[in-house]
Amino acid sequence: MRTPFRLGLAGLAAASLLAAGCSSSPSSSSSGGYNWSNATSAASGGGMSALVKAAKAEGTLNVIALPNDWANYGTIIKDFSAKYGIKVNSIQPSDSSAQEVTYIQQKKGTSVSADVLDVGGSVATASTSLFAPYEVATWSSIPAGLKDSSGLYVGDYGGYMSVGYDSAKFGTITSLSQLLGSKFKNDVALNGNPTEANAALNGVMMASLAEGGSAGSIADGVNFFHKLKVAGNFNTTQATPDTIKAGTTPVVFNWDYLNTASVVGQSASTWKLFIPANATLGGFYYQAINKDAPHPAAARLWEEFLFSQAAVGGQNLWLEGGARPAEQAAMTTNGSINQTAAAALPPVTGTPIFLTQAQATVAATYLAANWPKAIS
Amino acid sequence: MAAATATKTGARPVRAGRRPPLAWVGTVPFLAYAGIFLLLPTGIVVWNAFKGNSGGWTLSNISALNTGPVRTAFKGSIELCVISSVAGAVLGAILAYAVASGNPEGLIRRLYLAGSGVLAQFGGVTLAFAFLATIGPAGLLFKAGWYSNFPWGIGLIYAYFQIPLMVLVFLPAIDGLKIQWREAAENLGGSTWHYWRYIAGPLLTPAFTGAALLLFANALSAFATIEAWEDQINYVVPQSISGSLISEVGLANAHEGDALALGLIVVVVIVMTGYFFLQRRAARWQS
Amino acid sequence: MAELNPPLADLAADLTGRPAAARRPGGLRASQRRRLNLFRYTAFTIFGLFFLLPLLSMVRFSLEGLTPGSWSVAAWTQLVSYPGPPPLLSSIEITLELAVISSGVMLILVVPTMIWIRLRVQWFSRVMEFICLLPLTIPAIVLVVGLAPIYNQIERYNVSALMLFWAYVVLALPYAYRALAAGLAAVDAKTLSEAARSLGARWPTVMLRVIVPNMWQAILNSLLLTVALVLGEFTVAYLLGYVNLQTNLFEISRSSENAGVLFSASAATLLFAFILLLILSYAGRRLRRGQR
Repeated sequence: MRTPFRLGLAGLAAASLLAAGCSSSPSSSSSGGYNWSNATSAASGGGMSALVKAAKAEGTLNVIALPNDWANYGTIIKDFSAKYGIKVNSIQPSDSSAQEVTYIQQKKGTSVSADVLDVGGSVATASTSLFAPYEVATWSSIPAGLKDSSGLYVGDYGGYMSVGYDSAKFGTITSLSQLLGSKFKNDVALNGNPTEANAALNGVMMASLAEGGSAGSIADGVNFFHKLKVAGNFNTTQATPDTIKAGTTPVVFNWDYLNTASVVGQSASTWKLFIPANATLGGFYYQAINKDAPHPAAARLWEEFLFSQAAVGGQNLWLEGGARPAEQAAMTTNGSINQTAAAALPPVTGTPIFLTQAQATVAATYLAANWPKAIS
Repeated sequence: MAAATATKTGARPVRAGRRPPLAWVGTVPFLAYAGIFLLLPTGIVVWNAFKGNSGGWTLSNISALNTGPVRTAFKGSIELCVISSVAGAVLGAILAYAVASGNPEGLIRRLYLAGSGVLAQFGGVTLAFAFLATIGPAGLLFKAGWYSNFPWGIGLIYAYFQIPLMVLVFLPAIDGLKIQWREAAENLGGSTWHYWRYIAGPLLTPAFTGAALLLFANALSAFATIEAWEDQINYVVPQSISGSLISEVGLANAHEGDALALGLIVVVVIVMTGYFFLQRRAARWQS
Repeated sequence: MAELNPPLADLAADLTGRPAAARRPGGLRASQRRRLNLFRYTAFTIFGLFFLLPLLSMVRFSLEGLTPGSWSVAAWTQLVSYPGPPPLLSSIEITLELAVISSGVMLILVVPTMIWIRLRVQWFSRVMEFICLLPLTIPAIVLVVGLAPIYNQIERYNVSALMLFWAYVVLALPYAYRALAAGLAAVDAKTLSEAARSLGARWPTVMLRVIVPNMWQAILNSLLLTVALVLGEFTVAYLLGYVNLQTNLFEISRSSENAGVLFSASAATLLFAFILLLILSYAGRRLRRGQR
């Protein structure tokens, strides 16, 4: 009678022992040293050299939701790792911003939690209770509209919503209304589900602006995609480089830095993109540090690296990835910007519009209620 | 030791003996395990469905289920599940019969059973991509316009794991058909049709319907495959649940996700009650 | 599974002394048998094609080179070298380890319990059957929402992805239970246990040395169904933030590097599980023959 119980216990115990992988202990600062979790700037911990030393002692950095081909993150990660000798763990690259937040909530207090986050605006403002305030050395070069006053999150790079397409198949496209034509059967795709994904929501909003609407309402955009669907041109598959390569989605609404030929894996002579003059919708992503980061010094060093204006610093690396870094204006003035990369950015002719938090929420609510109907 | 001998099913020895009747203690490890890792999570989900974002009790999550997109998702879920479970059950039963009526030690039986064991688990990204590779735009066979059609396109993909599951679940029932019954039917002058209509059919019906219900419940919970197939529209409830968990445009509401899950659980409970009722009837013949 | 039961024809042959072959197989006339065979082979061909074609297209895609029309085995050689993140090989390792651990825990948990129930608390078997069927019907995505707080606690002690085994045992219950129940039903457990106990055996001996050896094929079956499940599991691992083979493949499918690896890894996984199941169905026969 006791046997199955005993057997069961023994088995579970053995299995747990067998399964014991790296044990977790939230890594605290080295004994006696400064606790970098409380640092609100490099200076408060003793300056950059102290930060570098502490980060190297930690030896690891956990980042999340950073695909290698997204705004040149692959190179950024590699360069950071090589420069400081810190191992970078890239967790779940294809995660959405909301998944990043869920992840750090789930893994709170463990050594595998993410140290830093790169999230969209809505998620950033909604999750400030999870972030640690920190101001990078170049804080003053970042426009006021792109940072939280207490340093909880800060805009890192952005781009404009664009339409990428295979010019060999379609010729040159200059306006969205062309996409309603018959040669685009089943060809037009978004990057994700607008009721869930930031990039997709902005894609629909861009269409809304192009159709003559304003940033306050996304209804025209939903209408446009409805027309696309009725014409049989809208493809509900999520556009990825694979689907583009397979020819499933030769027309893609996406951020311009995700729509460059090299990122998409196509030849620059055939893959083109355009940003409508009357619908120049911009969007930024935001950096934040996890309050419970297992490697607080490495996290802060990463931020310093990303916002450094050096020729091989994060800002210029993002620029090389086709994204517009937050400090672009300041760097153009002081000359630290990579001129070639800046010139290679897709031309922006119209007046840029950026959605405010309130507008984004209104748009999301409208989408939740009307998107499924519109495209089914 | 004498207390253990010659007892009828489930009855305890008349003499109390040296051991108190605590035989059920042997089930404790299993119950504890299932309790923690199966019943408790389900309980947590149901509990959370009634909690509001600010921590108090509320029915708002439940009433939020009555909106258009959610109703569409439930309708879509049931539609897809009915189609894939009926198709899976019928086709799976045919395949199971073909397998069962052959050599029990034969290679074909082994191949199909091993294949069913593997393919019943095959799903998600790889299954969606495998079909994309076969009948998608650059497909091996041909480009099928209906591939992205809901529910028929995705229903076909679901059949890919529903049929093997049916084979796994239904084969024992067919194996249970005793040869003597067939021979008896022959001896009494009946034809194949008579055998199926009056003997095998009625015998297999409870098991068949039970298995079909199982397939239905299985399709209801499938998520990864349809999410990889397309993620623009939330056709089915699991996609809505996922949406409320991972939305990054400010629409994430974990508690609504719990309410949706509760809705799914209710549908499943109804289905499983039917299943158990049918299983009892089937068991009568198989014991 | 029913393949455990000795074919009734053989049994009848044993009893009556007539060789099995002389009896009409399945009680059918020759013409009926022919019709049946026609039906069978048609069914096998059609179903075989349906199941094989997507797999073949997967393999074909995995062999495609970078330029259309060229061939390359890069996707297959990269199975061990794909850098990730994380490296494909490490997620393959983790998944295989998970498979072994999950099936081990499953057997230790379920087999003694089932035998115990069969012998001592038979009324409980209904309850157990119900519990074992639940995971098939409760969507993984629901389960994982409820499992998250539990795993929060687990992660305070161990962050390894191997901790997924706690959930995987539950997910595999429906499949494993059916296989084990069929096996146990074929063994006359009551008689065997009473005989053993009247000879003085204690319960552990009865279970381990009398009943379990008669259930070998069922145990092997359930073991392999568990392995197949673990190899294909995605949702729970993904939503709990762990890395296993399927989540790794998902990341690969979303990245722009060699997508052929997605197909080669899937094909390899399926092939591996299939061959394993096949081999062990033969091993079961040998074990059973040895006992007659």
